[in-house]
Amino acid sequence: MTNTASASFPQIVPMGLAGLLVRFSARLDERANRAALAFRAAVEAVRPEGVEETASSLGSVFLRFDPGVTDHRKLSERVADLLGARDWFAAPLPAGRRLWTVPAVFDGPDLAAAASLVGLSPSDAAEELAAARVRVLAIGFAPGLPYMGTLPAHWDIPRQTALTPVAPAGAIVVAVRQIIIFPTATPTGWRQVGRTGFRAFRPGAADPFPLAAGDEIRFRPVTGRDLDALTSADPAGGGAVAEALP
Amino acid sequence: MSALRVLSAGPGVTVQDLGRPGRLACGLSRGGATDALALAEGAALLGQATDCAALEMAGFGGEFEATHDVTVALTGAPMRAVIEDRRIPWNATHLLRAGQRLEIGGAEAGVYGYLHVAGGFATEEIMDSRSAHVTAGIGAPVMAGQTLPAGPAGTARAGLRLDVADRFAGGTVRIVASAQTALFSEAERARFVATEFVRDPRANRQGVRLAHEGAPFRAEEQLSILSEIIVPGDVQMTGEGTPYVLLSECQTMGGYPRIGTVVPDDLPLVAQAGPGARLRFRFVSLDDAVADYRRARAGEATRLSAAVRPLIRDPAAMADLLSYQLVGGVTAGDDLAREEG
Repeated sequence: MTNTASASFPQIVPMGLAGLLVRFSARLDERANRAALAFRAAVEAVRPEGVEETASSLGSVFLRFDPGVTDHRKLSERVADLLGARDWFAAPLPAGRRLWTVPAVFDGPDLAAAASLVGLSPSDAAEELAAARVRVLAIGFAPGLPYMGTLPAHWDIPRQTALTPVAPAGAIVVAVRQIIIFPTATPTGWRQVGRTGFRAFRPGAADPFPLAAGDEIRFRPVTGRDLDALTSADPAGGGAVAEALP
Repeated sequence: MSALRVLSAGPGVTVQDLGRPGRLACGLSRGGATDALALAEGAALLGQATDCAALEMAGFGGEFEATHDVTVALTGAPMRAVIEDRRIPWNATHLLRAGQRLEIGGAEAGVYGYLHVAGGFATEEIMDSRSAHVTAGIGAPVMAGQTLPAGPAGTARAGLRLDVADRFAGGTVRIVASAQTALFSEAERARFVATEFVRDPRANRQGVRLAHEGAPFRAEEQLSILSEIIVPGDVQMTGEGTPYVLLSECQTMGGYPRIGTVVPDDLPLVAQAGPGARLRFRFVSLDDAVADYRRARAGEATRLSAAVRPLIRDPAAMADLLSYQLVGGVTAGDDLAREEG
């Protein structure tokens, strides 16, 4: 088995009885994330025999298969062929991505603390976040939860050591050059800098998971009153609009 | 059609089927019955499909009243069960007449007991499944006052039993190396398999915490691991160096290091380990694990239904028993013949 710290990428490693992981990096890395998104799309397009589902995370792609149909060795060979077909680090992002414009208020309880770690005034920090255009690097941990990034290097701030007992649904939180919009209320070590009426998980809706990895997000700063109005008019979307990305 | 009125329910009673596979990319873990084998056993007892929804009861059941005559099956962690003051056996099917009450108490061993009805519970489907996924906010625990509908009953009969393997007292669990196993030194892995763990009270449908004596388990570069996909069965070492075995309702991605993955067929052993039960881990090769898995799948449903037998009760009930045999035996006998043929 290869050690992640010293080995070269991509790596193909078994993950449990019914899984294979294709790892493009052991560190947060924009190119590895692009590679993961593109490679997952390529695997989905081919759907090798026995593969039941695929998912990408920040820098890797997971394939779940039926061990009654195929096995790690056979599938690894197939995956290695696909990996060899091109330079995945240089691959374009998959088709079908969307650009979301999400109304948000940057007035979170931890804005001042986050701003001071970043080395900005709270209003400058809020302005930078409001102007950022980020990509959904991965969906995971909880249903619909988007890890978005990558923020400029000075936003590489650590998680808090103590957990905030509950950040509400719609909370916008930051840490380690990433932004998350919480789909549901959750305890967190990330710092809450803002809020939105946008819900990334809508159980029972026709489209329960509006976001997909690769989608891009920009925020539209609004006042608290505007946000409330947008959210009562559009309880799941909070006034967010999506357009197709070329 | 309605089947059972819930008069009272423990705090961890939920409707569960096989869950919602295929949504890992959306951050939603599969969920579904924590002890999938118990779901299959109930299906075999009632002669129905394994994807029929049942009530999963964590540690404690509740009181249920039949709105119509209904055949029920009880599987998983054995619990004290009573129909109208008469104690009834677990791992068996029973007829509950309209108006009769079934009381299910605390688990006598293990954790998750299951109450099945003929036809399966026909509660609302959300995203192709009836399973409550409590951490995701899908569905909710069953509450007193609810009436649970059932689907069309097939050929279910009361008075049948199924002998099951005891998986309620801990034991040795098979584990395979996984994507992050190499982050643990050989010495740390050796210590892991040499350690006896005790199932901690901190456990739920997401995972089971295991306590042990001795130093915490540490991986190399443990704080800088990039979050990767998590699968049920993964044994994750939290910041405090204590293992959690992740179950069907686990998070889908995480950065704590994982020393290996429990094979699916041994996961019920972990989920059903009652408070204080002792567990050990044994690494098996992927090849052996896959071979075992394939052997276990071959004819699994047939094997289970072939093992269904008439319930033998005390001699006073012999007349009753004979009547079961007269009506019964068809499905089980046929399955047995097919397996032998």
